[in-house]
Amino acid sequence: MSVRTGDSIISVHDLRVRYGEREVLHGISFDVRPNETMVILGGSGSGKSTLMRALVGLEKPSGGEIWMKGKNIAGLSGAEMDAIHKKLGMSFQGGALFGSMTVGENVALPLREHTPLEESTIEIVVRLKLEQVGLAGFEEYMPAQLSGGMKKRAAVARAMAMDPEMLFFDEPSAGLDPIIAAGIDNLLLKLKKAFQMTIVVVTHELVSAFLIADRMILIDKGSIIAIGTKEELQASAHPRVRQFLDRVPEAEVLEEMDHLQMLTEERRPRQR
Amino acid sequence: MVEVTVRVGRATLGGLAYLGGLARLGLGAAYYTFIGPFRGRPLRLQRAVHQAMAVGVEALPILSLITFFIGVILALQGAYELRKFGALHYVSSAVAISMTRELGPLMTAIVVIGRSGSAFAAEIGTMKVTEEIDALETMALNPVQFLVTPKFLAMLVIMPCLATWADLMGILGGALFGVTGAGFTLGGYLRASLDALFLRDIMTGLVKSVMFGATITAVGCLEGFSTGAGAESVGRSTTAAVVVSIFLVTCVDLVFTALFYFLSPR
Repeated sequence: MSVRTGDSIISVHDLRVRYGEREVLHGISFDVRPNETMVILGGSGSGKSTLMRALVGLEKPSGGEIWMKGKNIAGLSGAEMDAIHKKLGMSFQGGALFGSMTVGENVALPLREHTPLEESTIEIVVRLKLEQVGLAGFEEYMPAQLSGGMKKRAAVARAMAMDPEMLFFDEPSAGLDPIIAAGIDNLLLKLKKAFQMTIVVVTHELVSAFLIADRMILIDKGSIIAIGTKEELQASAHPRVRQFLDRVPEAEVLEEMDHLQMLTEERRPRQR
Repeated sequence: MVEVTVRVGRATLGGLAYLGGLARLGLGAAYYTFIGPFRGRPLRLQRAVHQAMAVGVEALPILSLITFFIGVILALQGAYELRKFGALHYVSSAVAISMTRELGPLMTAIVVIGRSGSAFAAEIGTMKVTEEIDALETMALNPVQFLVTPKFLAMLVIMPCLATWADLMGILGGALFGVTGAGFTLGGYLRASLDALFLRDIMTGLVKSVMFGATITAVGCLEGFSTGAGAESVGRSTTAAVVVSIFLVTCVDLVFTALFYFLSPR
């Protein structure tokens, strides 16, 4: 079992999240060490995005603890959570740039709201951040004018605006062609090398996961089935891990009774 | 029978929960508007002005046209009854009082619901679907403070202004009939309207319009925030925002009209 020592920046202990009746995460425990890149791998519906949302405080856990910088964020008030939020950056799947603002204003927003910096300084910081993600000169563009890959880069620039200690990525390569996706992977590697930052990435892309990760977690049906370095994951003999890594499709034929039970099970509680 | 009771109970609880949500959102916006600025959370005046332009100034042409027509209609309907008693000259006071006390604020609310209440729900709903609301939270920006407060402030200021304008346009509409069909001069009609009005007629209308503004903002924004996933649910929120707003504005209207009736001097 993981021990909460001073050397981990994020420490998750027996995390449970439920949507109504249904529990999506069944007791997740792991640690993220400072300055490492942790990739959370999992198939669709495995609960990996829910885990990410819980880590950044968007989803209230129904049980367990999430220790971040020495505080259990599962029980924090709004103001205390704001203090944590100022130290983390999050890049969303679709970018989540504010459509009514230019790219430059998007990146400048956290600086304008949370720092006493002067407008001229903010402008320089924005230019710098956009240059770091390869979008120099795009300050005046509206998000709608950018391609999918550029939106993600802009979102990274915004997430980096406050020089966060922790950077979270939700599906960095989802919806991008392989070349652009590889570009995003390179960007991540570049950021990792250039800055002292802890990076947590949620993805289902094996290639990109193996490229960027220091350590990985594989989630299946709301539980961790493997955790470790690339080599450790490759060496795993767990059947579900092998199935995921070797890309074996789910067996379609089910036992007749199982199938029947699956069809009727969900309905039962409602009739009561 | 049990089934019916259960359904009525559930619907009641659902309605109460909805009202609770509205109250929470409204109080949150009121906090950030009136108390927040004194506690180091500055108001976003620029955004509020921007909203006021969209809600108010841009609504003026259509609002003017609608309330002008309403004024003409009121005069015609009033005259239909009044002429039986040979009291056609009362048409000016009938129009003036019903416009300022009721139809000015109400028609303003209907126009603003259609133009802005739906837009609030669509804007916030789309932001919810594209994770922009989540992005605000991870940037330590409160969505209510950031998105709702400027709208709330703009509505509180602009609704009484629009209602006053609507009153005026309605009275001018009435004057069209007064001059062409009831033998008034324009000046005479306006003077007769002014004579018929008490300050409290105008004030009750303005108080109502402020309450309508708060209701429309709260419903529009709450529907936006409760949007599920996908473009379809944005459409559903927008529709719900319009229908619920019209219903709740009518309820608020009823409550305040009753209140003013019993409070006013006989």
